[in-house]
Amino acid sequence: MTSDVVIRAESLGKKYLISHDVQRERYTTLREVIAGKVKRLARSAANGFRTTMGRGQEVEEFWALREINFAIKRGEVVGIIGRNGAGKSTLLKILSQITEPSEGRVEVTGRVASLLEVGTGFHPELTGRENIYLNGAILGMERAEIRRKFEEIVAFAEVERFLDTPVKRYSSGMHVRLAFSVAAHMEPEILIVDEVLAVGDAEFQKKCMGKMRGVAKTEGRSILFVSHNMMAIKQLCRRGVWLQNGRIRNTGPIDEVVEAYTASVHDKLQSGDAFSRNAVTGDGRVELVSYSVSNPKSDLPLATKDDMLFRINLRVKEEIRQSALGISIFNEFGVLMTSINTVELGIPLPPLPAGNATVCVRIRKTVFLPGPYTASFWVMNPQGHIHAMAENSIAFELAQTPLYGTSQVDRRWGCVYSDVEFSVTPLAT
Amino acid sequence: MYAHRSVAAQGQNPESEDMASLTIPMTSKNQANRTSKRVLVLEAGRAEHHYWRDLWTYRELFAILAWRDLAVRYKQTAIGIAWALIRPILSMLVFTVLFSRVAKLPSVGHAPYSIMVFAGMLPWFLFSTILNDASISLVTNSNLISKVYFPRLIVPSATILVALADFAITFALFILMMAWYRFFSDWRLIFLPCFLLLAILASLGPALYITALNVKYRDFRYIIPFILQFGLYVSPVGFSSTVIPEKWRLLYSLNPVVGVIDGFRWCLLRGESKFYLPGFLLSIGVVIVSLLLGTWYFRKTERTFADLL
Repeated sequence: MTSDVVIRAESLGKKYLISHDVQRERYTTLREVIAGKVKRLARSAANGFRTTMGRGQEVEEFWALREINFAIKRGEVVGIIGRNGAGKSTLLKILSQITEPSEGRVEVTGRVASLLEVGTGFHPELTGRENIYLNGAILGMERAEIRRKFEEIVAFAEVERFLDTPVKRYSSGMHVRLAFSVAAHMEPEILIVDEVLAVGDAEFQKKCMGKMRGVAKTEGRSILFVSHNMMAIKQLCRRGVWLQNGRIRNTGPIDEVVEAYTASVHDKLQSGDAFSRNAVTGDGRVELVSYSVSNPKSDLPLATKDDMLFRINLRVKEEIRQSALGISIFNEFGVLMTSINTVELGIPLPPLPAGNATVCVRIRKTVFLPGPYTASFWVMNPQGHIHAMAENSIAFELAQTPLYGTSQVDRRWGCVYSDVEFSVTPLAT
Repeated sequence: MYAHRSVAAQGQNPESEDMASLTIPMTSKNQANRTSKRVLVLEAGRAEHHYWRDLWTYRELFAILAWRDLAVRYKQTAIGIAWALIRPILSMLVFTVLFSRVAKLPSVGHAPYSIMVFAGMLPWFLFSTILNDASISLVTNSNLISKVYFPRLIVPSATILVALADFAITFALFILMMAWYRFFSDWRLIFLPCFLLLAILASLGPALYITALNVKYRDFRYIIPFILQFGLYVSPVGFSSTVIPEKWRLLYSLNPVVGVIDGFRWCLLRGESKFYLPGFLLSIGVVIVSLLLGTWYFRKTERTFADLL
C-alpha cells in the first residue's frame, strides 16, 4: 500500500531570515546595504576595530515550518487548518515548488496543480483566446492539450461571444469564470486549493466545491484543502492536519481535528490576543495589552443578531482623570460600519488609576452580516488627545448562521441584517 | 479625531448569470498516463538536479511568454513600430552630426558615416533592449514567480525574442538606408547570424546578473539607464573602433560589445572595416566568462526569488 502514497513529507522545515531594521519591504535596496556597510565601518573604526560580529546582527531566524511529517494517499482529501501565520501557505508553496524547503524532504508523485493560481498571468491587453493559451502554459499544460480542450474550456466559461475581446473589457464574473475554467481542465494528480479562492461569489464557491468533490471521488486524485471555513472542511475532507506555529499540532479524522482546533480557538478567546506592538500609537500613557471578541452567550461563535463583547485589557502608566474611549468597526472592504465613542454619546467614565484595567464594550443584537471584520480601539482625553490607539488591529469574524432562510449569506445581501417584513396591498380600481 | 475611514469599495452585485450546471467536465481518458508519472523530490538544494531538464520541459512557456510580450508590445501597432523606427533614426542623426561633422572622426574605408553608425547601432540596440527588458522582467512578472513554479531563467530569456523583433524592424530600416546610399554588403552577410548570436550571448550574461540583482536590490533599476548611457559612449557605436590608438586596442576589446560591433561592421560593410582578430577573440572570451558568471549568479539567487518578490 505504500506505493499509494502521493505526497510524503519527512521532517520538513522552512526557515526565513527576518531582518529587523527593514519592516515593510521584503526586498532591500542597494542604498540601504551601502549605508549599512559604511555605518558599520565607521563604527568599527571608532571602536578601534573591536569585533563587530555578533553585535549589530539585525537578522533573526524564523521557522515558518518545522518537523513536518505526513503522508497523503491517492484519492485522499486532506484539510489543512490553523490560524493565520501557522505555516499553511508556506507548506503549500513548498509542495507546489515555488519555494524550497530549508531542511527535510518531500516526495511528490505526479503533477501538482494549485487553484491558488486561478487567473495568474492573465494579461489584460490580450484576448480571451490568447489568455487561455497563456494561462494554460503557465499552469503547465501543453499546447496540444489546451487545443484539445479549448472548446470545453470556452463552453464551461460561457465566454464564446467574447473570445476575441481583450480581457480588460471582461466583467469580473467572466474573468473569474474563464480563469477557473482553464484551471479546472488541467488533470493533475494532486490538487492544492487555497482559501484565496473563496473570494468569488457564492455560485463560484459552490462550483469549486462541486469540482473538488468530483475530482476526488470519480478520479481518485488527491486534494489538499486549506480553509478557515470549518463547515466546508468538514464537508469535503476525510482527514485533517492542524498546523500551529509551524508544527503539526494534531492530525487524524477530520471531525476530531476540527473539534480540537475549535476548542483551542475558544480557549484563546478567553485569554485574549495580544496587540502587536507596532500597531499601537499614542502618547504612551496607556498601553494596550490584549483583546478578545466573544459571544457573551456562552461559547457560541460570534453571530449576527447575537450580542458581541469586546474585552480590552490595558495597563495605565499614570493616572488619567478624564478618559474617553472609542471603537470603530470596518468590514473587509475597509468600509466603516460603525464608530462610537463615549464623548459623543455623553457617557462619563471614572478616572483610571495607574495599573491594569479591563474595558468591556458590548454591542447588543449585532446587525452586521456574517464575514470578517476589523476594529480600531482608542483611549483619549475628552479633548481628543490620543493616549493609545490600535488601528484595525482587532480582527474577528461573524460566523454563518441561518439568516433570510439560507445558511450562506454573502455580500450580495449587503452589509447589515434587516429584520424585514413585506406586504402588498392591491389597490382597488 | 476619530478613526474614520473613507468608503473604499462597496460589495458589488455580481451578475446573476446562469450557473446551474455544477458538474465539472473532467475527462477521465487520462488513466493511461498515470503510469508515466515521475517522483519529484523536494529538499534543500535539490532544485539543481532537474533544472536543465525542466528548462526543456517548459520550452512552451518560454515561447508563449515571448509571444505574449511581443503581442502586448505591438498591440498598439502604431506606437510599437514607430518606437522601433524613431529611436535608431534619431540616434543615427545625432551621432553622425556629432562625431563626423563636429569631431571630424573618420569613417571606415569608403563607407558613408551614417551607414557605419547604423551598422554599429544594430547590435547596440539589441544589447540595450535585452539588458533593459530583462532586468525588469522578474519584477513585472512577480505575480507569476510567487505563485507558479517554472525555471526562472525563462523569464529574462524570453525578452530576447522581443528584442529580436525590434532588431528586425531596425534592420529593415538599415536595408532602406543601404539602398539610399547605394552601398550594399556582399557575401560576408551570411555571417550575420553568427554575430547576431554573439550579440545575444553578450547581452545575456550581464542581463542575468543585473536581473538577479534587481530582485534583491530593488533600486538597482535606477542604475541601469546610467550603465546603458555610459556603455553607449565607451562602445564604438558613434565612431569606428579604428580611432582607438593601436596600443589600447586590445584593452579596449575587453568590452565585449566592441567585438560584437566590429563583427557587425565587418560583415555589413563589405569588409571596409578590417577585422581585428586578437581583440575579437578576447571579446568572445569575455562574453563566455560573463555568460557563465551571469548564469551562475542567477542560479544561485534564483531559489530565493519567490521569497523576495
